[in-house]
Amino acid sequence: MESLRVTVDFLKVPLGLKKPVLKEVAVGPPKRPQPAALERYKARRSDAMDTESQYSGYSYKSGHSRSSRKHRDRRDRHRSKSRDGGRGDKSVTIQAPGEPLLDNESTRGDERDDNWGETTTVVTGTSEHSISHDDLTRIAKDMEDSVPLDCSRHLGVAAGATLALLSFLTPLAFLLLPPLLWREELEPCGTACEGLFISVAFKLLILLLGSWALFFRRPKASLPRVFVLRALLMVLVFLLVVSYWLFYGVRILDARERSYQGVVQFAVSLVDALLFVHYLAVVLLELRQLQPQFTLKVVRSTDGASRFYNVGHLSIQRVAVWILEKYYHDFPVYNPALLNLPKSVLAKKVSGFKVYSLGEENSTNNSTGQSRAVIAAAARRRDNSHNEYYYEEAEHERRVRKRRARLVVAVEEAFTHIKRLQEEEQKNPREVMDPREAAQAIFASMARAMQKYLRTTKQQPYHTMESILQHLEFCITHDMTPKAFLERYLAAGPTIQYHKERWLAKQWTLVSEEPVTNGLKDGIVFLLKRQDFSLVVSTKKVPFFKLSEEFVDPKSHKFVMRLQSETSV
Amino acid sequence: MSYIPGQPVTAVVVIEIHKLRQGENLILGFSIGGGIDQDPSQNPFSEDKTDKGIYVTRVSEGGPAEIAGLQIGDKIMQVNGWDMTMVTHDQARKRLTKRSEEVVRLLVTRQSLQKAVQQSMLS
Repeated sequence: MESLRVTVDFLKVPLGLKKPVLKEVAVGPPKRPQPAALERYKARRSDAMDTESQYSGYSYKSGHSRSSRKHRDRRDRHRSKSRDGGRGDKSVTIQAPGEPLLDNESTRGDERDDNWGETTTVVTGTSEHSISHDDLTRIAKDMEDSVPLDCSRHLGVAAGATLALLSFLTPLAFLLLPPLLWREELEPCGTACEGLFISVAFKLLILLLGSWALFFRRPKASLPRVFVLRALLMVLVFLLVVSYWLFYGVRILDARERSYQGVVQFAVSLVDALLFVHYLAVVLLELRQLQPQFTLKVVRSTDGASRFYNVGHLSIQRVAVWILEKYYHDFPVYNPALLNLPKSVLAKKVSGFKVYSLGEENSTNNSTGQSRAVIAAAARRRDNSHNEYYYEEAEHERRVRKRRARLVVAVEEAFTHIKRLQEEEQKNPREVMDPREAAQAIFASMARAMQKYLRTTKQQPYHTMESILQHLEFCITHDMTPKAFLERYLAAGPTIQYHKERWLAKQWTLVSEEPVTNGLKDGIVFLLKRQDFSLVVSTKKVPFFKLSEEFVDPKSHKFVMRLQSETSV
Repeated sequence: MSYIPGQPVTAVVVIEIHKLRQGENLILGFSIGGGIDQDPSQNPFSEDKTDKGIYVTRVSEGGPAEIAGLQIGDKIMQVNGWDMTMVTHDQARKRLTKRSEEVVRLLVTRQSLQKAVQQSMLS
């Protein structure tokens, strides 16, 4: 039971499972004594609430789809759980290399297996803590079914909208209420009021346009925590409007103020204040982050593709969104097939060492020593796998180049078979084709070369025949050359280039040691996780540049020859 | 040349050249290069390429300098008591070709000598 509970803990990150529920769901294999393993995992579980958070992008139309509701449920449960605790540790613990390699298969001398003494143990990569895919989906389904519908994000947007509407209508209400309520007692005011009316009208219009430009936008992502600056602004507006209403209610409504000009000026001052708050919003939300203050290094954990970016002052969650936007068009697409060394190289790496432990009581102490001995012995053994790797690489390179040459020639030749119909030419209507048919006509001649090339570069999952045809049609329509057609296939492009539904992930997990609403600081490291890879982001402050001036007089540029004379005496 | 306290800084040789009269001029039979107004990095004979001293670049065959024992690559430290380590090229030439002097005593150092002395000091 321990083992299954342990793995579900580890998988907590993508699924967002609550700890207490885990105990009910876990159904495990028969109990086994594993002292060291237990200690390790117990330590992790005793941590306080993790500050990992989870958010889904592109889930704007959240009420409709079940999947986004599922995401929001998980996120909200997560948020309520995280609110209880303070800071937490990283949610992912990476096993230190000092941990025994032989943990699972090691000969600890327990009474598990009667035949233990006769079999030899070999270090392998598999773990007995593996969990099958069916178990995963079963657990996930159990989680989803038990959670009610959640509207917290809608609440935020609704609150903001009502506040905005209220603050927009308030000046109008201020202006309209006196004439409605005590028209007879009101002193008429002449041109001054008219000027003020015009100014109110135009300021309200400007405010409306400004708000439309700044706030009426489709959200790019749903963040795990509240957006602090925006919440601050909403509170400010609320306080402003409330205080104005209070004053209005006491001084004007109760006292039945007779001078209408005073009322109008009061309304104008509110509109001015609202415009200034809008200015503050522009500065806080848009301008503050523009000036670069930090340099971020983003590294993909699986293949080391890295980029550097400059950002200004932002909170960690907003930086995460920003980085993801950049990731989709800067990083080459993640190709799991390219990660592993070729099999011929790896096959030789299997260690032939057999390890026995003599002295069963001291097994826990000796296990580290054993593993170190294995590593040291493997290092000392004469290892020629680098040779294999080099030749394999060279061979692969040659193969790719050969296939690429064939592909380029085939495509060039294919493109010569069609040409655009000029207006003046008269052709039999049967011979005239639209781009789709033209593409299909020339596709056959290059299909084989294309397929072989894609297979060699392991790109074939990314390009279906339909997608290639579509691209060909696109290129033909826009009069592109064969080289332009091929640029998409010859180099791995950024992720956003490929078919959207399949490769654009909506679910990313932000893993961070600091609370994600904190601003960026020097030395912060956080992770953006997907199921199969993660992006490691580290921050560094842009250095302070001390610029000094040196004046160079243009007349001071003078030169002499380098002398080396020889005189005979 | 490294400095060991208590030991002579460089090994020097005294060379006395008797000038040869050729018509109007008194010649010594060698050529010099170097000087504080010259480019020291072009000096092929110096060990330290920032050394702006006066070096012997050529010794003519059978001339008074060769007879007296001057060798190519020697650095001239003094001429008749006048220092030659911090002079311009022209000043050096003038000091060597004074018409009033028939004999010049040169204080000269050379690398082979220096190495020999260092080896004998170490052993």
